[in-house]
Amino acid sequence: MKIYADNAATTKMSKTALDAMLPFLTEIYGNPSSLYEIGQRAKEALEEARATVASAINAEPNEIYFTSGGSEADNQAIRSAAVIGARKGKKHIVSTAIEHHAVLHTLKKLEKEGFEITLLDPHENGIVRPEELAAAIRDDTCLVTVMYANNEIGTIQPIGEIGAICKERGVYFHTDAVQAVGHLPIDVKKEKIYMLSASAHKFHGPKGVGFLYARKGILLSNLIEGGAQERGKRAGTENVAGVAAMAAALKEAVDNMSANAARLTALRGRLIDGLSQIPHSALNGDAEKRLPGNVSFCFEGIEGESLLLLLDDKGISASSGSACTSGSLDPSHVLLAIGRVHDVAHGSLRLTLGEDATAEQVDDIIEAVKEVVSYLRGMSPVWRDLMNGKGRFIL
Amino acid sequence: MALYSEKVMDHFRNPRNVGVIEDADGVGEVGNAKCGDIMKMYLKIEDEIIQDVKFETFGCGSAIASSSMATEMIKGKPLEEVEKLTNQAVAEALDGLPAHKLHCSVLAEEAIKAALEDYRSRQS
Repeated sequence: MKIYADNAATTKMSKTALDAMLPFLTEIYGNPSSLYEIGQRAKEALEEARATVASAINAEPNEIYFTSGGSEADNQAIRSAAVIGARKGKKHIVSTAIEHHAVLHTLKKLEKEGFEITLLDPHENGIVRPEELAAAIRDDTCLVTVMYANNEIGTIQPIGEIGAICKERGVYFHTDAVQAVGHLPIDVKKEKIYMLSASAHKFHGPKGVGFLYARKGILLSNLIEGGAQERGKRAGTENVAGVAAMAAALKEAVDNMSANAARLTALRGRLIDGLSQIPHSALNGDAEKRLPGNVSFCFEGIEGESLLLLLDDKGISASSGSACTSGSLDPSHVLLAIGRVHDVAHGSLRLTLGEDATAEQVDDIIEAVKEVVSYLRGMSPVWRDLMNGKGRFIL
Repeated sequence: MALYSEKVMDHFRNPRNVGVIEDADGVGEVGNAKCGDIMKMYLKIEDEIIQDVKFETFGCGSAIASSSMATEMIKGKPLEEVEKLTNQAVAEALDGLPAHKLHCSVLAEEAIKAALEDYRSRQS
């Protein structure tokens, strides 16, 4: 049995994406800046991909900047807004406590450079409240950056409402949509999004390529200086094969989005129902407003890394927000931000289903998780104390 | 390269001496749930020799493997030898641990020392 249930970490490249990329590695390998035929054909492919990507989020082609991925796009968007803000004496940024580190660490750096950062509380359901966001915006706010959907607990933020508030207040709005693009319908015009970050490998494209959407009129600052690629805003010879594959993958994802979402939402429900049968467990994040394939749970009395290793032995790939898997002493900042205490956050499990998941696989996952959780609880002194009434159950 | 050595994975998958000794002569518990690691050691001691040892662990793969290995290293051994057990010895017996996991072997050493201390205090 092999079940890959970590699609929020990365996805398998689709056949469509692979087929789209190969010609640009083998035959049309020219540099898009060259004027001979294979260069110009590469250039055409690049611009075709730009149009495809733009239409997937209802943007204009000249508002799309290809990057090395989501982290670069996040960095460039935030840095650019900060530079524009600083010129006007506006050095305040509003964000949330559950952003990806590509956003949080950039904000931390700006804080050291004299910016003030307000992080909104995601509350217990993992969703920020628009009225609290409106209240956090000040006269000197230069940017609001709120992720579209969370990578750990899958919760979807009220992006349209946030966009409307930011437009009314005249503040730039950026969204890290790395987990959402290709999975949720996005319309940057309707949702009044000024900047958006995306990454190809989260929607069955290749790793190492992504894009930044920046509305016309926003002056981007370069992270990488050099040639005049990407209208002078991102130097370096374009990753033509990667970009072509990303566009093909995105088109496929958008074309099949509603059917995939409906199927995955049903499987998600089945998985949540199954795991909920495990005593002293809890779903993390809102039950409804979450990504179609995302299931995140905490199990009391066990630790996440041993859970992952034993699931791996059973052929199931998953992830956890425990300290041992985060590489730090603290468990996931997202789980802590939604009010999970350390003891419980260590026992977290994230399962993110791919488009090819089946009901049978979901049932196999439920069976395996039940078995492993009960085995680990059997050797846990924490669980023994809880069962003997020496400690109090949290979940 | 895998995260853990074969030895670690063997002790993690098939931990030796898991469980509880109801009438233990010494019990030691170290770590805390906040940090994500708790180890509990139960010792049965006769004539200054570890007759039996059991452990319970809440923690990651290397925490479970370290506990298991430590119990194997002290079972049947005289107390004066057990007292000299170091975390390095446990880590070496496991063919090494990743640097950020060495604290798991420290916990194993501390859990055994805590259980021995409990035994001594009950004696006196």
